[in-house]
Amino acid sequence: MAGKSFFIDTSLCTACRGCQVACKQWNKNKAEVTTQRNWGNYQNPPDFTSNTFKLVRFNELEEGGKVKWYFFPDQCRHCIDAPCMEMAQGLGSKAITRDAATGAVLFNTKIKVSKADFEEIRSACPYDVPRRNEKTGTMAKCTMCLDRITNGLLPACVKTCPSGAMNFGDRDKMLALANKRLEEIKKKYPKAQLLNADEVRTIFLVVDDPQKYHKFAAANDTFGVTRLAAIKKMIRPLANLANWPG
Amino acid sequence: MTNHYIDFRNADVILNMGSNVCENHPVSYKWIKAAQDRGAVFIHVDPRFTRTSAKADHYVPLRSGTDIAFLGGMIKYILDNDLIQREYVVNYTNASFIVGSKYDFMDGLFSGYDPVKRKYDKSHWAFETDENGIIKKDPTLQNPRCVYQLLKKHYARYDLDVVSQITGTPKENLLKVYQIYGSTGKPDRVGTELYAMGWTQHTVGTQNIRTMAIIQLLLGNMGMAGGGINALRGESNVQGSTDMALLFHIISAYNPTPQAKHKDLATYNGMNTPKTKEPMSANWWQNRPKYMVSYLKSMYGKAATKENDFGYDWHPKLDDGQNCSWLTLFDDMHKGRFTGFFAWGMNPACSGANANKVREGLTKLDWLVNVNLFENETGSFWYGPGMNPKKIKTEVFQLPCAAFMEKEGSLSNSGRWVQWRYKAVDPLGEAKPDGDIMLELYESVRKLYAKEGGKFPEPILNLKMDYATNGKFDAHKVAKEVNGYDLTTGKLVANFTKLKDDGTTSCGNWLYSGSYNEDGNMMARRDRSDPTGIGLYSKWAWCWPLNRRIIYNRASVDLNGNPWDSKRAVIRWDPAAGDGKGGWVGDVPDGGWPPMVNKEKTKLPFIMKPHGVASIFGPGLNEGPFPEHYEPLECPVERNLLSSQRINPAAKVFAGTMDQYLTCDPRYPFVCTTYRVTEHWQTGVLTRWLPWLLEAQPQLFVEMSKELGELKGIKNGDLVEVETARGKVKAVAIVTARWKPFNIAGQTVHQIGIPWHFGWRWPENKKFSRGGDSANLLTPNIGDANTMIPESKAFMANVRKIKSKG
Repeated sequence: MAGKSFFIDTSLCTACRGCQVACKQWNKNKAEVTTQRNWGNYQNPPDFTSNTFKLVRFNELEEGGKVKWYFFPDQCRHCIDAPCMEMAQGLGSKAITRDAATGAVLFNTKIKVSKADFEEIRSACPYDVPRRNEKTGTMAKCTMCLDRITNGLLPACVKTCPSGAMNFGDRDKMLALANKRLEEIKKKYPKAQLLNADEVRTIFLVVDDPQKYHKFAAANDTFGVTRLAAIKKMIRPLANLANWPG
Repeated sequence: MTNHYIDFRNADVILNMGSNVCENHPVSYKWIKAAQDRGAVFIHVDPRFTRTSAKADHYVPLRSGTDIAFLGGMIKYILDNDLIQREYVVNYTNASFIVGSKYDFMDGLFSGYDPVKRKYDKSHWAFETDENGIIKKDPTLQNPRCVYQLLKKHYARYDLDVVSQITGTPKENLLKVYQIYGSTGKPDRVGTELYAMGWTQHTVGTQNIRTMAIIQLLLGNMGMAGGGINALRGESNVQGSTDMALLFHIISAYNPTPQAKHKDLATYNGMNTPKTKEPMSANWWQNRPKYMVSYLKSMYGKAATKENDFGYDWHPKLDDGQNCSWLTLFDDMHKGRFTGFFAWGMNPACSGANANKVREGLTKLDWLVNVNLFENETGSFWYGPGMNPKKIKTEVFQLPCAAFMEKEGSLSNSGRWVQWRYKAVDPLGEAKPDGDIMLELYESVRKLYAKEGGKFPEPILNLKMDYATNGKFDAHKVAKEVNGYDLTTGKLVANFTKLKDDGTTSCGNWLYSGSYNEDGNMMARRDRSDPTGIGLYSKWAWCWPLNRRIIYNRASVDLNGNPWDSKRAVIRWDPAAGDGKGGWVGDVPDGGWPPMVNKEKTKLPFIMKPHGVASIFGPGLNEGPFPEHYEPLECPVERNLLSSQRINPAAKVFAGTMDQYLTCDPRYPFVCTTYRVTEHWQTGVLTRWLPWLLEAQPQLFVEMSKELGELKGIKNGDLVEVETARGKVKAVAIVTARWKPFNIAGQTVHQIGIPWHFGWRWPENKKFSRGGDSANLLTPNIGDANTMIPESKAFMANVRKIKSKG
């Protein structure tokens, strides 16, 4: 399969958040007003927003008296079969498209999406990535830095990463890199795995159960989700009827 | 750094203790990772589990301020199990030296102590010499008065039980670290140590590092690729500023600042130039007179002549024994002893220990000039918390200066590489590069002296300040003067070996001589070749001294000049080189003398030490020749388990009304430390104004264990107040499994920690929703006995809930 892919080796991530800041800088995304009050966590902003496409998630746990702190530089997976796009199409929206050359799944920031449709699109995503700007009514997420990569530059997050955790390139090369790295790291971490590597263009390597990183780190049943999208597409007329007043 | 960040990749064991390397030096992790990929073990010893601990192979906790106990136990382990690299220890260290009979150690005190002055008479620690003045030695290391045996005796007390009771580190963890690190005593195994402010900011800071230096020497790790003692610098050019006379007690290139008692240059040289009778010692500092005269020629140019002692009388001098360190300066300011103050690229109202005292000190000034990119808490002190602007007389001037990418010049990184950097954009508005501000300031002062005379105009009028080109500061002119000239030809000197003490050469900083010579600006080199394969990159930029990338590298070879470990040779003696005369290949060696087997022509490897060998016994420091565990000034234990001396007997304690310290006081029951986060820099003056960084770390927090949270009824995200004997700050609690209570001799001791990047000026802090004030409102202004760096890493505090969640 052609196109581009990210390979994100979380074993190398120190959660410096250079990627998170570089993403905001390149996309000219404003900072959220954040706080530690009632939150008490390094992970800030607490979640994706329509201004936050890249977010380093921190998860702290204790196992057998040992503390672990897992870092997960989360972003859109740019799925090969993108449930969000299928859902949007099923809803009759042109807000989500795919760039043929790279495989990037793109949210059109000029096309408005209703709150109800957005909720459908968001729930179709196994990784809980889509976000909607309440004021403008448009959706936003990682763009694969299409404006950079089509001009011979690396995505901003990859360019800035100091540890080598973030990688980007031709899909076959990224898959080869991911598999090579997995083989190396399995000696030290037998539970190491690639997350949904065949289904996504953002391939994460984790060294432990993905649930320990983030609830939506891995899609447990992507086929099921895709099928769900197809079913929803079929039942759409009924859903619309249901919304009728009276 | 003795080595470089890149060199971490050559290590077999990386001990990160006294810093948080992955969080505070994020790029360096890639070299640690490269070592881990080779099979190296990465150990993080820290009171708190951090982002670094998450990447380490072993995380080991210890209570803040107990590093000497921890490492003293390691020395004992190494000696008990005979893990030393004997050939190295016998030949390259003073382990075999016989110590004089006046030396003694009893119950925490070395001989020669004066309890009234809190000072030692160091003559008690002298070595024994023969009739020719040569130090007596026992290469078998059996003599009970030799350094090796005294070391063994000194650390015999540091057994696992007592060390664990002091540090709170479980015994099995201690043993694990000792075993892993102790394995690097083999010639083909190397360990490195990475530290920063976690070791320096203690009353025993210098001795923390000394303890590790002893370990590195015992294991033969100094001078080696993948070895050394590596101070991770927190400012991009702090290495350069230290090299260039940032500190009060040294002028450029580590020459002592002249004092009143050094009445002329001959006296200065006589009292400061080390002498030795050791026949094989290079004693490099014997060249000091050459460096001093060349330095004075740089300062005063043609006005400096042999007849006027090269202008030595014009050079600023300290009163005898005067201490002008940070803490003393602000103590003097607080006492109203001086009236004007330049805060240049600094924010002491947030960065100074016991910041309330600093802020009150600023009110005693007539004027304050704040040179910075942004208005900070120092320039704004007069309308800060608790201040009444109507009652403050201090006139404040704000001078906007250029940011780093708005000016040209050199930067010296932690690994001593001096790299040339170009200007990218013009400064905004009226902002000017620091060099231009200084030149304009000098010109105004000079004109006043020229016009009005004054008591002592010569130091200003004779100053050579010809660094402008077309009226603008010219970094190249300064860099050339730093390198030095042959004044007879007007050409740049090749390097410091060409400097003379007769006034025919100038040199602003002998260590940097060779950085900008007739071959060009060596700092601007960008050749990425690495023929040694160990990451020296000798043609990338330039490294002091003499482009030597790993210092003490002549200790990386055996007596025949062959590397201890041929897989990662730094240098090697090639008998065929130099037309059969032999020569060193690899890095620039510490002197070109042949290997040690050539007793006629060789020199000992530690050329900056008067006796040519490294000091396991270090009779120069103020609190003793061997590091000894003392508790922090404020500590949670009534007594030091190792002796009757609870705190460092040589540390200076201030006694003004603002200098409050409370130890073992039930009102302040928790150990507290300060630290940094990846997302902010220093007091946050540059980073708090960047919305994306503020978004990631919006607010002052205090981290504590779940156990302490339960004890104090504090939940994650609660607003709390942290208080010490000196001040209090509001912060948000992060209650986390990453902190654990310590078991200190059977007692549960809790520790908390707080970052110091925040200040009241920005961001706006409505109802404590973000921002916060400086953690230095809490820290004590007591200094290390040698350097006077404040003890910001271990003090006592309380924390209480202000408001619950919701």
